[in-house]
Amino acid sequence: MNNKTSRRRFLQLSGSVLSAASLGMWPLNLIAGNSGKPTTYRVVIVGGGFGGATCAKYIKLFDPSIDVTLVERDVRFVTCPFSNLVIGGLRDINSITHDYSVLKKKYGINVVQGDVVDIDAVKNTLLLKNGKSLPYDKAVVSPGIDFLWNSVEGYTEKDVDILPHAWKAGKQTIVLKSQIEAMPDGGVVVIVAPPNPFRCPPGPYERASLIAGYLKQYKPKSKVVILDAKQKFSKMPLFTQAWDTLYPGMIEWVAGTSGGRVTEIDVAKKTVFNELGDPIAGAVVNYIPHQAAGAIARKADLTDASGWCPVNQKTFESTKHKNIHVIGDSAVATPLPKSGYAANSEGKMCAAAIVSELNAAVMPDPSYSNTCYSLIGKNYGISVAAVYRYDGNKIIKVKGSGGISPIKADDSFRRAEALYTSSWYANITRDTFS
Amino acid sequence: MQFVKLALWRCLVVMLVGLFQSVSAETIDQRTMLSITCSGCHSDENVGAIPSIAGKPAQYIEKALIDFRDDKRSSTVMGRHAKGYSDAEIKLIAEYFSAK
Ligand SMILES: Cc1cc2nc3c(=O)[nH]c(=O)nc-3n(C[C@H](O)[C@H](O)[C@H](O)COP(=O)(O)OP(=O)(O)OC[C@H]3O[C@@H](n4cnc5c(N)ncnc54)[C@H](O)[C@@H]3O)c2cc1C
Repeated sequence: MNNKTSRRRFLQLSGSVLSAASLGMWPLNLIAGNSGKPTTYRVVIVGGGFGGATCAKYIKLFDPSIDVTLVERDVRFVTCPFSNLVIGGLRDINSITHDYSVLKKKYGINVVQGDVVDIDAVKNTLLLKNGKSLPYDKAVVSPGIDFLWNSVEGYTEKDVDILPHAWKAGKQTIVLKSQIEAMPDGGVVVIVAPPNPFRCPPGPYERASLIAGYLKQYKPKSKVVILDAKQKFSKMPLFTQAWDTLYPGMIEWVAGTSGGRVTEIDVAKKTVFNELGDPIAGAVVNYIPHQAAGAIARKADLTDASGWCPVNQKTFESTKHKNIHVIGDSAVATPLPKSGYAANSEGKMCAAAIVSELNAAVMPDPSYSNTCYSLIGKNYGISVAAVYRYDGNKIIKVKGSGGISPIKADDSFRRAEALYTSSWYANITRDTFS
Repeated sequence: MQFVKLALWRCLVVMLVGLFQSVSAETIDQRTMLSITCSGCHSDENVGAIPSIAGKPAQYIEKALIDFRDDKRSSTVMGRHAKGYSDAEIKLIAEYFSAK
């Protein structure tokens, strides 16, 4: 790779504010023409979600001369963040749907709609379902999660329209919302929460809250039961306190050892069975399956026995295959959580690592952060946050930083965090998609 | 000759820049590494309740972060974030955003 010309140096010479798009369109090969025939580096990114879209954008911001291709299965991206607000009737699905037009036009990213079916780590090539292949110098894989369908008996992938997971946003979000709207007053909504690790640790509990918010208003005799594989959960004291305040008696949480662990499902009867054999029936059952890295990560041999992808936590390069980087939910980036904010943060650091390497420069020390809000009611928000660094070997949380919202706080504090929740959404999606 | 050609191209490119939507390039340095993880919430424009800090005086940002960190200024989440940075790092972050 050393014989390739770095255009980055040229860009730094020509001024601080440059239009990436105009440079991207310009015949740069001519500009850098004094060192023979330069080749443009190609970075191909799998998945246009929080990790992938952010990484594509920041590579272009760092070095517009790199040819960046973003391969995404769907034309539009519906965010999981705020999909619980759609289910609870506080938001319209269109308001959480984003497209790639700005990434294309403003940053000169090639956005390709397609399904990546395999990666050839020897030939450095990505294979698409339509038979096309895309060569790369660097590949970034950010496919999110996939489900382990066989983790309970009696339930398969075909049952998702009867017992929706809604853990990938879009059609599933609407299926779950419609079922809740159609159920009779007095019905029970059963949420089956997965074991660790899974995407968005506070997600099932935010969902329970916002469903209860809807039920309180329209079907006040109804209830939400959370059957949990775990003994505790994210922001637990804050959630339970808020449930007592806003939805007394409406949300029941069952711990793993108290009968929360679901092992079998009777799809036709919308009934789940815990490991003790007790049947729990719901008017609506939101079964959230056990999770692992996105299927393409497994296909491309980027996962280990855990089902997730081990990476160098500074560069996010796979420890299994060179020149393939894995970010977002699929990567093992603990203690960073599997969140959209963390995926965005990882996308930026991975972009810096790739651009530094392609320009034969040393990457400065990375820094990562996370901020996850959960909305419990329209005017009631809570958060968890932290700052992380790389200690030379792995990611660590900076001592003293972060934590959850204070348990002792007044209404105005919770209201302020609810306001910040919607501003958070507007800002993170802007940083990722435009 | 090569140099003249290069200089001419460069002028042309700089002129053309004005015709297109402008994007501010980012330099990969310690300042940027520390600051871009903040941009997930603090963008270059005010979007809702979270303020943009782009272009604010460096001293103002530095003082705000130190006060948040040392619990001299009340906040919802900023105290929890600011506790993740040293004085020197806060200075770099303040410089980054004030130059935006
Ligand atoms: C209900 C819910 C609420 C949440 N709320 C929050 C929140 O408030 N805050 C927060 O920070 N996080 C939240 N999250 C978590 C957040 O959604 C994820 O952590 C984040 O999306 C991870 O980013 P990613 O890039 O890894 O995956 P994704 O954002 O899911 O992106 C992956 C993309 O890759 C595409 N893809 C996958 N495989 C292929 C392939 N083979 N070929 C082509 N394209 C492919 C997919 O179509 C998808 O668009 C929530 C999650 C859920 C389920």
